[in-house]
Amino acid sequence: MGREIVVETCNLTKRYDSATVVDSLNLSIEEGEVFGLLGPNGAGKTTTILMLLGLTEPVAGTVRVCGLDPTRQPLEVKRQVGYMPEKVGFYESLTARENLDFIAELNAIGYVEARRRIDEVLEGVGIAQVADVKVGNFSRGMKQRLGIADVLVKKPRLAIFDEPTAGLDPEGINQILDLMAKLPGMGTTVVMSSHRLYEVQRVCSSIGILSKGKLVVQGSIDELGRQALAGGRYRIEIETRRPTPALVDTIKAIPDVKEVKTSGDLLMVITDSDLRAEISKVVVQSDFLLIQMKIQEFNLDDIYMKYFHEG
Amino acid sequence: MATIVRKELADYFTSVRVFILMLIVFLTSGGALYAVQQNIRGQVSESGFVFLRLFTTSGEAMPSLVTFIVLLIPIIGIALGFDAINSERQSGTLSRVLAQPIFRDNVINGKFLAGIITLSVMVVATMMVVAGYGLVMIGVPPTAEEIVRLSIYLVFTIIYGAFWLGLAVLFSVLFRKIATSLLTPVAIWLFFGIFILIAAPAIANALVPVANATSPEVIIRNAELQQMIMRFSPNTLFSEATTVLLLPQVRSLGIVTMSQVQFMIPNPISLGQSILLIWPQLTSLIGLSAICFAASYILFMRQEIRAT
Ligand SMILES: Nc1ncnc2c1ncn2[C@@H]1O[C@H](COP(=O)(O)OP(=O)(O)OP(=O)(O)O)[C@@H](O)[C@H]1O
Ligand SMILES: [Mg+2]
Repeated sequence: MGREIVVETCNLTKRYDSATVVDSLNLSIEEGEVFGLLGPNGAGKTTTILMLLGLTEPVAGTVRVCGLDPTRQPLEVKRQVGYMPEKVGFYESLTARENLDFIAELNAIGYVEARRRIDEVLEGVGIAQVADVKVGNFSRGMKQRLGIADVLVKKPRLAIFDEPTAGLDPEGINQILDLMAKLPGMGTTVVMSSHRLYEVQRVCSSIGILSKGKLVVQGSIDELGRQALAGGRYRIEIETRRPTPALVDTIKAIPDVKEVKTSGDLLMVITDSDLRAEISKVVVQSDFLLIQMKIQEFNLDDIYMKYFHEG
Repeated sequence: MATIVRKELADYFTSVRVFILMLIVFLTSGGALYAVQQNIRGQVSESGFVFLRLFTTSGEAMPSLVTFIVLLIPIIGIALGFDAINSERQSGTLSRVLAQPIFRDNVINGKFLAGIITLSVMVVATMMVVAGYGLVMIGVPPTAEEIVRLSIYLVFTIIYGAFWLGLAVLFSVLFRKIATSLLTPVAIWLFFGIFILIAAPAIANALVPVANATSPEVIIRNAELQQMIMRFSPNTLFSEATTVLLLPQVRSLGIVTMSQVQFMIPNPISLGQSILLIWPQLTSLIGLSAICFAASYILFMRQEIRAT
């Protein structure tokens, strides 16, 4: 493929006092990707993003964004990179359009061009009808959308969104995610941080999971999924009535069953292969009711949980 | 930076805050002018410089305009600067603006510059109104020297305001909470404006007791010490400069003994001499403003910009 690397970090480290918040991070993001940065609260996602933009300085390691060093050449980097902070804010006494005008002016975009782009992006994020309303009157979701418009006005090569869907209604989340999925087609590589897995799964072509400042895994979702499923892990959920320890033991005795967990009438069986037939047979033969049986493949959720416990 | 200055100026001149400040300033000037109208007749014969009397004449209940300015300028400076940086930080606009291709110092320089421009506009407008109204009232046009003296006074006023603006901006960089960054410079203003008037004699008396002292040296030393302490206050520096500039018959800022008074010529001193006399005040005020600004600049440049 030979696509260009837009973001590359090498042993990137950030410490506050003595707490290491980002620990020897090695990340690489290719042009045209939608990259999801995942991790629980306090994992260091925002700190990593700030270092990519040169808004805070790393204590060790190097960052290259579009081939440039953000601490040494902040202006060149910021010309090509758009950033939406996690708590995005606007000048409340100005209208949406005036806010974007200001940003366009700071980016030295000419008046006519700015006007055209602003109309276009406001349309794109679905708030064109309130373009001339003061931002002070906007709802949280509308501000969030304006934040995305704000990033897109400068047509960045790389757009970084810190939790872009926080505070949006489900409809809004879908619209925003659709919009993000379209960005690579317009020449913008996307990095978004999130802790909502399903939305990352929906739009991101590749993810990195951070935990306690360390990158525990990076790759495309397909790859990670295959990795996780390569072990042949399945999760089978059985609903029965009043299971006994004896039943649990019988199921455990089936070859390839890794683990059985009980919670009330539910049994959770982790196996290396699809053992639904065997398990149902055992349950019924042991004189228990088999009310329902579900098989669940490992999804991002499980990948995520798995790496967290390890990380 | 022009973009930022323009936006800040637009913000200031459409804000309720600046409107209210303007209102306060004009009301006070009106009050002071009224006092002038009532009292100026008794004072004009004392010396020349009738026009300057517009600014320095006080009534029985009403202090003179310059006294008001000593108190009001800090309020204006603080009001223009106390939330310069931290309000943007809190509203989350700072990290968005700093993600644009501009140097970080453009933001703080632009804010500072816009603050000074606003302050200057307010001060100049007030002076113009007072001068214009005064001209009609007393019917004596200012002499060339009076115009020069007033212009220098104007420059002093702006530098004095710049100090308070710089101090307020410094606290807005330092503190995340807007309430803290407002109250701290106000506390400093109270200290320099009022508390030091009580503290200076108290400290001087403690160090150089004059209770039963008979020797004049002790009394002079005590007085000089008081004055030295007072001069830590930018308010004192500014008041002294005002006195020298606008009351040319004041010949010295130090302590004058009776024996010296005998040899003093009761004539106003020349413009050149006045400037010489207040040179230290001028440099100190500029220095103080520069320190405040430099401190906010350095702090801001090194701060992490996190949108939380
Ligand atoms: N200025 C600071 N001084 C000390 N510690 C800090 C500072 N800023 C952040 N931290 C710590 O750094 C860690 C990582 O913070 P960061 O904001 O990067 O997490 P995050 O992954 O973005 O979390 P979230 O999902 O909550 O946004 C946290 O444990 C936080 O306490
Ligand atoms: Mg965060």
